[in-house]
Amino acid sequence: MSGALDEAGVPRFCRGIKFRHDAVRGAWVVLGPERAFLPDAPAVEVLRLIDGARSLGGIIDDLAARFDAPRAVIAEDVGVMLRDLSDKGAVTL
Amino acid sequence: MSASTSESAPPLAPPMGLIAEMTHRCPLRCPYCSNPVALDRAGDELDTDTWLRVLDEAAALGVLQMHFTGGEPLARRDLPLLVRRAADAQLYTNIITSGVTLDERMMARLIEAGIDHIQLSFQDVEAANADRIGGLAGAHGRKLAAAQRIREAGLPLTANFVIHRQNIARVPAMLELAEALGASRSEIAHVQYYGWGLRNRDALLPSRAELDATTATVEAARARLKGRMVIDYVVPDYYAARPKACMSGWAQRFIHISPTGRALPCHAAESLPGFTFVSVRDVPLADIWRADPAFLRFRGTAWMPEPCQSCDRREIDWGGCRCQAFALTGDAARTDPACALSPDHAVMAAAVAARGEAPPDFVYRQFSAADPVG
Ligand code: SF4
Ligand code: SF4
Repeated sequence: MSGALDEAGVPRFCRGIKFRHDAVRGAWVVLGPERAFLPDAPAVEVLRLIDGARSLGGIIDDLAARFDAPRAVIAEDVGVMLRDLSDKGAVTL
Repeated sequence: MSASTSESAPPLAPPMGLIAEMTHRCPLRCPYCSNPVALDRAGDELDTDTWLRVLDEAAALGVLQMHFTGGEPLARRDLPLLVRRAADAQLYTNIITSGVTLDERMMARLIEAGIDHIQLSFQDVEAANADRIGGLAGAHGRKLAAAQRIREAGLPLTANFVIHRQNIARVPAMLELAEALGASRSEIAHVQYYGWGLRNRDALLPSRAELDATTATVEAARARLKGRMVIDYVVPDYYAARPKACMSGWAQRFIHISPTGRALPCHAAESLPGFTFVSVRDVPLADIWRADPAFLRFRGTAWMPEPCQSCDRREIDWGGCRCQAFALTGDAARTDPACALSPDHAVMAAAVAARGEAPPDFVYRQFSAADPVG
């Protein structure tokens, strides 16, 4: 993986991307043009914190407070996940 | 027709997307149009109330994305109303349009209705050639204006380019245009050779060298534009060693509805003999998805012949495209000849050999020959 992401940055969903709960499947879904996928449970925890206001650092802090894992490990996981979603055109960092 | 049902079928997942082919009317006449060769008439189209009911049924069934397409979906005056109903049901709404009739007023109505995304098709980057391919003078200029309008409205834009031997040299310029238009996504899609495309195959099929050069261009652009513009690339089957997972598998993820209301597992399915496709006028969408014999016919793997039956890719590509298998072998239940393991694979090389040095004239898309064009 290339360098760490800037924790001051504010992740946002790209224009045209929707993240919502689907009652029929009982699952969260990410929807975009010609794209639809069901993120796994850890990804859902991250995506639910993307509100266009919270910084990446803030998201990591929130997860670190709620989940029993070292902050550095969470930061690494969140970084990999968001970079992947950014490459797919779902979020901007 | 025999409906093959597998004994140990896993629970059926809901469909992800509904493709609503609103109409076959279109101001353009692209010689590769994915509409069937026998086009539906305006007077036979599904009425607004039925569409509204189908949208509600789709949402209840678990459909997540609504693709409004055609023909030209903007030819339906009720499109904004239908978009609004879909948006109210929390469906992701996408319109696939040629853009030539997307004026200021229609744009405003679609925004107000809650449209999420518009995909705009281009025939080329050179206006004269674009207008020649689409068979409509002035179309390209109107598309550029439509792209601007979409972006000014704050909507994400996908720029779709269908490519073939008569425009493939300009793929680099197409990607530049998509970038300049502010597209968040572009599609470089080789013609798919069913229906009109198959009829015009010699006029459209590129050479292997052209295909390879384009693939390299797309890969370089993907690396350069990472995080800024997503590029979807669709290759032609004629140089492939494995087929595409057509529709992500027959009746696995999508329902397609024709202008007159027939429910299809794929847009070209009406080309297959021996099928009766029911109408959404008569049968609830959930029943069609679960139990319609046409949907069950090629769903899953039980129907497969060898070499697919014992192949470890059978749940990756689902044996390829049924319509291509029928068009090229006369039997929809054979392995897609695009697969190098298919006993019929030689037909692909034969088609490449037959394409000739210079492309023949186009046979433009039109309502059946007995009727006046347009
Ligand atoms: S492919 Fe061309 S003719 Fe067919 S619906 Fe699209 S714009 Fe119209
Ligand atoms: S044999 Fe059938 S399942 Fe295997 S790769 Fe070819 S088409 Fe796909």
